[in-house]
Amino acid sequence: MTVQTQNLKWVQLCQRGDLVAESGVAARLEDQQLALFYLPDENRVYAIDNHDPFSQANVLARGLIGDLHGEWVVASPIYKQHFRLTDGQCLEASEVQLKTWPARLNNNNVEIALAL
Amino acid sequence: MSQRKDLIIIGNGMVGHHFVDTFRALNGADQWRIHIIGEERHSAYDRVHLSEYFQGRSHSDLALGTSEGYQQAGIAAHLGTRVERIDRAAHTVLLSDGEELCYDKLVLATGSYPFVPPIPGHDAERCFVYRTLDDLDAIRSAADQGKTGVVIGGGLLGLEAANALTSLGLTTEVIEFAPRLMPVQLDATAGTVLKDKIEALGVRVHTDTATQQIETLNDGRLRLHFADGEPLETDVLVFSAGIRPRDELARQAGLKVGERGGVCIDNHGRTSDNDIYAIGEVALWDERIFGLVAPGYRMAETVAAHLEGCDSPFLGADMSTKLKLLGVDVGAIGDAHGTTPGTLSFRYHNEAKQQYKKIVTSADGKRLLGAILVGDNSAYDSLLQYYLNDIALPAEPDSLILPSASAAPALGPDALPDSATICSCMNVTKGGIVTAIDGGCCSVAEVKAETRASSSCGGCAAMLKNLVDATLEARGVEVDHSLCEHFSYTRQALYHLVQVEQIKTFDELIRRHGRGHGCDICKPAVASILASHWNEGVHDAAHVKLQDTNDTFLANMQKDGTYSIVPRIAGGEITPDKLLVIGQVAKDYRLYTKITGGQRIDLFGAQLHQLPEIWQRLIDAGFETGHAYGKALRTVKSCVGSTWCRYGQQDSVGMAILLENRYKGLRAPHKIKFAVSGCTRECAEAQSKDIGVIATENGWNLYVCGNGGMKPRHADLFATDLDDVHLIRTIDRLLMFYVRTADRLQRTARWMESLEGGLDYLTDVILNDCLNLGEELDQQMARIVDTYQCEWKATLEDEQKLKRFRTFVNSPAGDDNILFVEERDQIRPATHEEKNRLIASA
Ligand SMILES: Cc1cc2nc3c(=O)[nH]c(=O)nc-3n(C[C@H](O)[C@H](O)[C@H](O)COP(=O)(O)OP(=O)(O)OC[C@H]3O[C@@H](n4cnc5c(N)ncnc54)[C@H](O)[C@@H]3O)c2cc1C
Repeated sequence: MTVQTQNLKWVQLCQRGDLVAESGVAARLEDQQLALFYLPDENRVYAIDNHDPFSQANVLARGLIGDLHGEWVVASPIYKQHFRLTDGQCLEASEVQLKTWPARLNNNNVEIALAL
Repeated sequence: MSQRKDLIIIGNGMVGHHFVDTFRALNGADQWRIHIIGEERHSAYDRVHLSEYFQGRSHSDLALGTSEGYQQAGIAAHLGTRVERIDRAAHTVLLSDGEELCYDKLVLATGSYPFVPPIPGHDAERCFVYRTLDDLDAIRSAADQGKTGVVIGGGLLGLEAANALTSLGLTTEVIEFAPRLMPVQLDATAGTVLKDKIEALGVRVHTDTATQQIETLNDGRLRLHFADGEPLETDVLVFSAGIRPRDELARQAGLKVGERGGVCIDNHGRTSDNDIYAIGEVALWDERIFGLVAPGYRMAETVAAHLEGCDSPFLGADMSTKLKLLGVDVGAIGDAHGTTPGTLSFRYHNEAKQQYKKIVTSADGKRLLGAILVGDNSAYDSLLQYYLNDIALPAEPDSLILPSASAAPALGPDALPDSATICSCMNVTKGGIVTAIDGGCCSVAEVKAETRASSSCGGCAAMLKNLVDATLEARGVEVDHSLCEHFSYTRQALYHLVQVEQIKTFDELIRRHGRGHGCDICKPAVASILASHWNEGVHDAAHVKLQDTNDTFLANMQKDGTYSIVPRIAGGEITPDKLLVIGQVAKDYRLYTKITGGQRIDLFGAQLHQLPEIWQRLIDAGFETGHAYGKALRTVKSCVGSTWCRYGQQDSVGMAILLENRYKGLRAPHKIKFAVSGCTRECAEAQSKDIGVIATENGWNLYVCGNGGMKPRHADLFATDLDDVHLIRTIDRLLMFYVRTADRLQRTARWMESLEGGLDYLTDVILNDCLNLGEELDQQMARIVDTYQCEWKATLEDEQKLKRFRTFVNSPAGDDNILFVEERDQIRPATHEEKNRLIASA
């Protein structure tokens, strides 16, 4: 993803301590629900839409994460489709792609970027 | 009875331990009283994997032997004790605690110590070496407050130490005196490629740099002064400038030592005194010290055999190495510097990918003499086999290291002679592996357990798998039973590995036997194996990331993302007071209630953040978790039995409660259901369950491996007229055998059908104990029963665990997308259209 930093506004969602290593938690931002996945070994956080389009439930933060063909994915806990953490692409249905946000750890703050 | 002789081993390191292990296996131990004296307070541990201590492995994870183990074997282990002196004339050794021991034979396995160059200031408080667990403890506590680290020495161990410092969060730099990294193994180009790669990972490397003084600053930090260049300040300094044999005892005792140290030994491991042997890194053979563990193991075997009167000479050992340093592949085989005159060398250097490969061959290009690989070790296994077995190279030897459209011609297992060494740590040849397969092993895991191949450094894992697969295939055995893309093993094989290698975490298992990070197939499968074998809480930190949502939150997720809650109601028996509590909780939280097929009550519609409150109330009222979310025992259904029923033969409710309480929490490849009927009218439908028990006049008939579900199967009659004790023992063994051998998500019915010999085989194993497993199975089950804990109770007592039960980490609110409508006086999830309507009208 090439995003111009100056067009982004970083907002804090929670603290590093709220995250669970190699697993997900859900956070809210106004009407949006985000699933945050934390990879401590890479010191990375991924933020993707918490809404599972197949079950219509807000559950992706509670899915298991892992790698398939070398890429990080989350498996929906309901019908088990896989979504790529980097860009939200569903591996089982090419037409389905979830919203993602640039996310980072800023010291102990967990932040995502919103386009201005 | 002949008098037992005294054997003393000085040094309880890797080689000293291997010696004792080997010697006992030769039965030699019977005639000997064995003493081990080890200076470290820890019993022998896997020094090769020392760095993993910083990744959370403890001494017990790394331990090779334990004090209890030695004790049980009748060996006197004096740990935390040093040998101060050897008196050869009196045949005694003097220990640091003042004790004096007599020996008939003595084995020196004192290893080596890290060389610290005599740079002024080298003994400052923040200077360390990297050899023992105590060293690592000291480094860790110094690193705690620090930000930066320096390693002096850019050899193999220095780079490993640098990696360790990085893993502790220090910004690390490496100082090497020589013009390149790993000067012993690499040539100039390889050194440069390695340096570039390591620097790209954020570790600065200074080659050609001589440290002249180490100054301690007022705040305890260190300032390094160099012959030329700016000084460098650091919080932590680790020396890794080579090792020296710990030959001080030998010197004092007047044994022959080498010019540059090391106790001289002959081909039998004997020193200049016939009653004293030396093995491992302290020993000097043919003017050479072997700084790797495999040659030390060979020496240990030689000496063990020699003490038994056998001849198994040590004739040198290969020093090839393959490793990952800071994530960079490095391999060195044989003489890669091409020092033999008339040799040819072939090089491949890819600057874009930062890969360098070089092979050195004989003048005629037919034999491999050495190789260097940096950045890509894929050719290592094949090259090593060419080298070790002196196999003729292909006409174009460089094809072995060149990238080509069709992959390089890997040396297939077929091309290897039977004598080819596959695992050099445990000295296992191709022939040994083929013999193990002929003897009945049919998987990599079984071969590993049998031969111990690949159980030490693991470098030969890929080679071993190829060989095992090829051999099995040649025998017509089908092989690919991979669990998923991360593990090429079946669940059963993984269980075996966990058991044999005492593996306690997913990370360890995938590191040793898998690849990648895992997925939603293998993570829960491994979690279940670990839970079955170790019975640790599913919420323990190392397992958190493995559980699917139901196991994580100890509840069953429903289609709208809410959870259902099922308290245990053993045998379906419940008091009116408890019924009232369930009713009241359901009312207060507005939950939908339904009686399940397993004679209990399911409460639907709770949100994540409500689960702890609801469970607190249930636990306070005396309920326990029902494990409805787990691949575990679900329920034991029962009819009312002889207590009330005029046809009842036995107290089926009492038995059902007993069984349910015994097996509750047992993790299995799939859910397990039981039923107990009080007579042959079979009101509890026991014959459709995994375990069915039907009362008779004289006791109980046991039925096994039935199920309802998609493909119903009637259970088979397994044993008749059992008393309570035998009933339970039989079920214990059957369940444990199922847990250990079934595949992922295989119910008992399919499992039994998949066993060769089916029911007859199962009868043989469980009732006739033909595998002699009975006691082991009993013990395993006893351990699981003894360590049972209600997961909800444990969760409620743990703040850290409770933190996970939040719908949102940044808001106390619930999910407003969860909406219910009423139907038959209870809630149900709103459909999509209903939701839209509800939202529109709000
Ligand atoms: C970080 C690290 C990584 C390594 N990686 C590899 C690798 O990848 N591959 C490989 O092959 N090798 C590796 N090695 C080397 C390997 O660990 C050694 O070759 C091996 O441990 C040698 O075994 P040993 O028993 O001879 O010596 P040690 O394991 O050092 O054991 C000697 C023991 O004797 C004790 N001792 C000494 N003197 C006395 C005395 N007077 N009284 C009582 N006890 C005494 C010492 O305290 C010590 O515990 C590595 C080493 C380190 C430190």
